Amino acid sequence: MTATTTALAPMIGRLGRLLAERPLIPLIGLLVGLVGVLEILQPGIVNPRWLGNTIKFAIPLAMLAACQTLTMLTGGIDLSAGTVATIAAFVTATLTPFFGVPGAVAIALACALVAGLVNGFGVAVCRVHPLIMTLGTGLIATGCLLVYQRFVISTGIEIPGFLVWLGTGRTWGLPNALVVFIPFATLLIWGQRRTGFGRLLYAVGANEAAAQLSGVRVWQVHLALYALSGFIAGLTGLLYLGIVKTASLSLALPLDLPSVAAAVVGGTSIFGGRGGYGGTLIGALILTVMATMLTLMQMPEGGRRILFGAIILVVTALYIRLTDRS
Amino acid sequence: MTRLLANNGWTVGLAVLLAMLLIATKVIQPGFGVSGLDSLGRSALPFALATVGMAVVVIAGGIDLSIAAMMAVASVTAAVLMDGVTGGTSGLVVIAVLGLGLAMGALNGALIVVTRVPDIVVTLAMLFVWQGVALLILNAPGGGIAPWLRGLIVGGVTLPGVPAEWTAWLPRAVVVLAVCVAAVWLPIRQSKLGLRFYAVGSDALAAFRSGVPVGQTRIAAYAVCGLFAAMGGLAVTMSTGIGEPIPGPYLLASVAAVVLGGVTLGGGRGGVLGPVLAVFVLRVVRLDLTLLSVDPNVAAIVEGLIMVVVVMFGGVLAMRGRRA
Repeated sequence: MTATTTALAPMIGRLGRLLAERPLIPLIGLLVGLVGVLEILQPGIVNPRWLGNTIKFAIPLAMLAACQTLTMLTGGIDLSAGTVATIAAFVTATLTPFFGVPGAVAIALACALVAGLVNGFGVAVCRVHPLIMTLGTGLIATGCLLVYQRFVISTGIEIPGFLVWLGTGRTWGLPNALVVFIPFATLLIWGQRRTGFGRLLYAVGANEAAAQLSGVRVWQVHLALYALSGFIAGLTGLLYLGIVKTASLSLALPLDLPSVAAAVVGGTSIFGGRGGYGGTLIGALILTVMATMLTLMQMPEGGRRILFGAIILVVTALYIRLTDRS
Repeated sequence: MTRLLANNGWTVGLAVLLAMLLIATKVIQPGFGVSGLDSLGRSALPFALATVGMAVVVIAGGIDLSIAAMMAVASVTAAVLMDGVTGGTSGLVVIAVLGLGLAMGALNGALIVVTRVPDIVVTLAMLFVWQGVALLILNAPGGGIAPWLRGLIVGGVTLPGVPAEWTAWLPRAVVVLAVCVAAVWLPIRQSKLGLRFYAVGSDALAAFRSGVPVGQTRIAAYAVCGLFAAMGGLAVTMSTGIGEPIPGPYLLASVAAVVLGGVTLGGGRGGVLGPVLAVFVLRVVRLDLTLLSVDPNVAAIVEGLIMVVVVMFGGVLAMRGRRA
């Protein structure tokens, strides 16, 4: 017993260091392993067409998970992201016949920004826990959407052509959405380490009191962060509208839970200060592959939710165990 | 003594506010009477039970985000097991569902203690898990409930030997609520366990050094919360007659009512009477909006706004308290 414990301890320590310093390596390993299992379950499924589809469905998930990653870096979370994305999509689809594409998109993104600012106000100024604040904002926003829907129910919906091109078109087998997504992801990965704002997120998440004492205006960081998160959620809604090609009141809601799971699986600590968008990208791919697998195994919706909840819990517990070197 | 007065002052203030709101309701709708009170009591019952469960956990220094999902699990379990069943078996089902609630809550608490992951993350993950469990048990609203349970919360109280006019104004749902809360919370409050809840909520480290088993106390608090969630789920099924696998808006409502009821979100302060009164205040506001023929969706927005503002206010108060 003692022998195994002493032999295990340095191994766990090394694994913990590996996870803490190079979180991408084990994640990519896991992704490759999952794809392998998928190929064994259904030989021949892994082909270029499948790859394009996987990327296509991973992109909105990864974009929504950006909201969670950024807010988690400061120890928060944004549970209103799915609702905000739905609102942006619905507003765009219903207002395009009136104001044309640019006007509708601008109004939709403005709505998303307002929702984000409300979250930011609650978290930054009133110091409400982000979870409760964003949950409440989501509830209010859903109510607003229901009221709004009654006014526009008679006017038709129209989905802007360029969104459909982005969402469903393919170039050389790869989805066109990459045109938006690659600059987006590059900007985030570059921004999180190389810009002042990105570093402020890590600083506030790692130790808020220390950041405050070093002269960081924490409330401004929170306000800007949640506004940004709302804006990204709005963008995701636009893109998702192009992929799904219908506007419904629960459009992006199924992405809400997986987006949290993607960020957590990607190694972003839910307590702040550790992680990054690179891991989230792999996390989103892992979850998309996993969703394919669950569909193959005909797992019901309830089983999926249990699995995602369990993933969040197990991964968080593992990160705490493995990286706790005190 | 002063603190006792101050604490009770908040509750008394809420009671006065509730009375004023009820009078306002009477002014808005002169016909508001026994049947109005009855439906108010019935609609408030699941909210009130959820709030009491949340209040217990918050007093013990935690928070349970999975409360609405646990209610959904209890609701569908009761509806599935009780479909077409009458008499004694349905009583057994009630006991089984309450036991299930205890077990779900204890599992939440045990996961928090064993994994050392903060309560807010564990219960968020468990929120999804319980939602999934509820969907697996019952994919769409359905099932049934024994008629005597449904009759338990409909109509006024009638006591043998007392003229019906004296007691008929008191809704049965309110009596059920009072009996449930009193049967569980009063013995706990009087025992060592209640003291431990407050001790752990005020300062877990100090409680630990005074010999309080912090882990066990936490698990017990979550188990009690699960028990109340199961009661709330039963109440949902009792008032609608079917099981509801999609959880209602009980999470935010219970947090708002707990804050409005004078329980600080840091833990260690407050009781359960204040939060219950706060639930009724929030429900009467909703009722008044409906009576003023406000669009129900607009009423939902207003209600959500009230809750968020209450929680924000609570946040500001907690910040003040920490600074002082």
